[in-house]
Amino acid sequence: MATKRDSPTDGSTDTEGTGAGEIEARVGLRYTLRQVKRDTTARIGIYTVGFVTLIAVLASIDNYVFDYAIAEAIWYSPVQDPEQVRRLLPPVGMENQYGQGTLEHPMGTDHRGRDIFGRLFYGTRVAITVGFMATAIGLVGGTLIGAVSGYYGGRIDDVLQRVTETIYAIPFLVLVIAFMTAFGRDLTFAMIGVGITSIPVFNRLIRSRVVSVREEDYIEAARAAGVKDRNIILRHVIPNSFAPVLVQATLQIGVSILIVAGLSFLGFGAQPPTPSWGQMLSASRNYMLPAPTFSLFPGMAILVTVIGFNILGDGLQDALDPRINN
Amino acid sequence: MTDPLLSVRDLKTQFFTEDGTVRAVDGISFDVYEGEIVGLVGESGAGKSVATSSILRLVDSPGEIVGGEIEFKGETIFGLEEDAAGDLRPRDEMLSESEMRKRIRGREIAIVFQDPMESLNPVFTVGGQLREFIEINRDLSEAAAKTEAIAMLREVGIPAPESRYDEYPHQFSGGMRQRVLIAMALACQPDLIIADEPTTALDVTVEGEILEMVQELQEKYDTSFIWVTHDMSVVAEICDRVNVMYLGEIIEQAEVDDLFYDTKHPYTSALLDSMPRPDETVDELRPIKGVMPEAINPPAGCRFHSRCPEAREVCREVHPEARDLSAGGEAAHTAACVKHDAFDVGYEESPAIETEATGGFSAGFTETGGGAE
Repeated sequence: MATKRDSPTDGSTDTEGTGAGEIEARVGLRYTLRQVKRDTTARIGIYTVGFVTLIAVLASIDNYVFDYAIAEAIWYSPVQDPEQVRRLLPPVGMENQYGQGTLEHPMGTDHRGRDIFGRLFYGTRVAITVGFMATAIGLVGGTLIGAVSGYYGGRIDDVLQRVTETIYAIPFLVLVIAFMTAFGRDLTFAMIGVGITSIPVFNRLIRSRVVSVREEDYIEAARAAGVKDRNIILRHVIPNSFAPVLVQATLQIGVSILIVAGLSFLGFGAQPPTPSWGQMLSASRNYMLPAPTFSLFPGMAILVTVIGFNILGDGLQDALDPRINN
Repeated sequence: MTDPLLSVRDLKTQFFTEDGTVRAVDGISFDVYEGEIVGLVGESGAGKSVATSSILRLVDSPGEIVGGEIEFKGETIFGLEEDAAGDLRPRDEMLSESEMRKRIRGREIAIVFQDPMESLNPVFTVGGQLREFIEINRDLSEAAAKTEAIAMLREVGIPAPESRYDEYPHQFSGGMRQRVLIAMALACQPDLIIADEPTTALDVTVEGEILEMVQELQEKYDTSFIWVTHDMSVVAEICDRVNVMYLGEIIEQAEVDDLFYDTKHPYTSALLDSMPRPDETVDELRPIKGVMPEAINPPAGCRFHSRCPEAREVCREVHPEARDLSAGGEAAHTAACVKHDAFDVGYEESPAIETEATGGFSAGFTETGGGAE
């Protein structure tokens, strides 16, 4: 704490400071949300993300609580092959070599005759779960490692950062595939694998903030008050370093969805018959020419969701950046 | 006389930087007795803040307390001894880090920092922080701590404490925040509060209010204070005894009236001359010429000789240790200046030398990185 304010020959009291300290309320969830909503693009992001998440929640309820009973009652089961196979139908109002699109299957059917709309709807669950869970793993892991590393510095910092860089150095897809080959090919390990590969992102981001936050007076004050290091990190350091992490997390959800869709495409991740967008894309590859809409819809779903998260992230970034006055 | 509450003996804190060893605090000794306000005065870079963080053992790497002894209420906060191999190691009775954290910091010795704008965590409410602090240090339940926190806010003169309890630091003015910090320091009824330039960032009217409030609270709770400042007018207002620091050393130590009316060290006189006084009318203030030398290579002899208007040849050679210069029966008044007869090193015969103060060489007024404070 250098007292830069007092000039060496000046013994009189410094008069700056008071009055100039009235800062507009720029903290809190409500302020941030209001700020995000003022931005049209970000608003689109919020609505997209909200919509997709809502679908995922509905799909999950049907899946876990009713075991697709609701879907079967009002539509078709997204997991079971229909008895009467009408495969690769086009969307309603279109025609292809397999037949005429009907209102029964507004987006057509896939190569086993299952309704694409239904599978798309239920595929949302996988995408959103994976996006949130993988990001949560990376967020918690990266934040804790980064905060500890930045707060203590020195040798602890060196070790943790070198380990992080080692993870960073391996191409993430290779790492995730190796991880899943070792532990299992299902969705849980896809989430954990993607989560682990995103730890370095959060780690570095928060560490760079913590290094400056730890020099703040209130951290010194907390130490002088006898607060434990653990509580200083959790209650003082992390909350004050969190804004960029929050933005990154939003963007990372989109990235995770994309990665897991890619993994599903390669045959890792959600296993059939669980509907997932990546896997639908993978199956549609063989029917690209006769039934192009089969691959179009899951592709669009991924695109819209990822863009939704990205523009929400951008909006959050603007809202949380004190330098941008809007 | 009773034993001092806090006793610092020959404390040395150094920073090991790439440029060399910064001797930020170089052998200071002082006592704080119960119920008294002790001033620690000096320019920027004199080592005041390092001295205070040393008392709480909060000096960060690359800094380290390398010598001396700190005793608080009979317990050893810091002390070294030689082991069989002749190396220095901490004494056995020295409090461990966790004992410091649990028992001393916050509970027994609290600290108020200079910048009230920066000393509160911006993401939590003021009341929440105060409550948490009371909870940690006084083992109260959350509800009891909240009642106590509101009572403390009222005590330090914050209007409508119930509603302000839920506000964030940015909604408080600088003076109000400093009151909150003082409330926080007082909340655990510590025996000693270290106030590290608490009014420097405030304007004079607010400063006046805060000083008045501190004096009232001090009388009420009988807490001792170490009041760190560079402002002699604050010292005159509030302190009982004063330690004047220059370049890591305490060069004069006296009761506040003795210091002002019977100044023994040229540096203290220079400090006093550099500010307006109500009891003297001068045409022009006389600032102290030059800047404080780097604490990496302190000047030989008296450390102040390069800027001292009364410097003689002998000041370059003899390093004066502070001595008690008070006449018998008076309160102790120590100073480290060889111009006093007690030192008897031939000051009178020694020829005067040219220094920055006497116009010997031009001195810039820019801050140099004169070591950590």
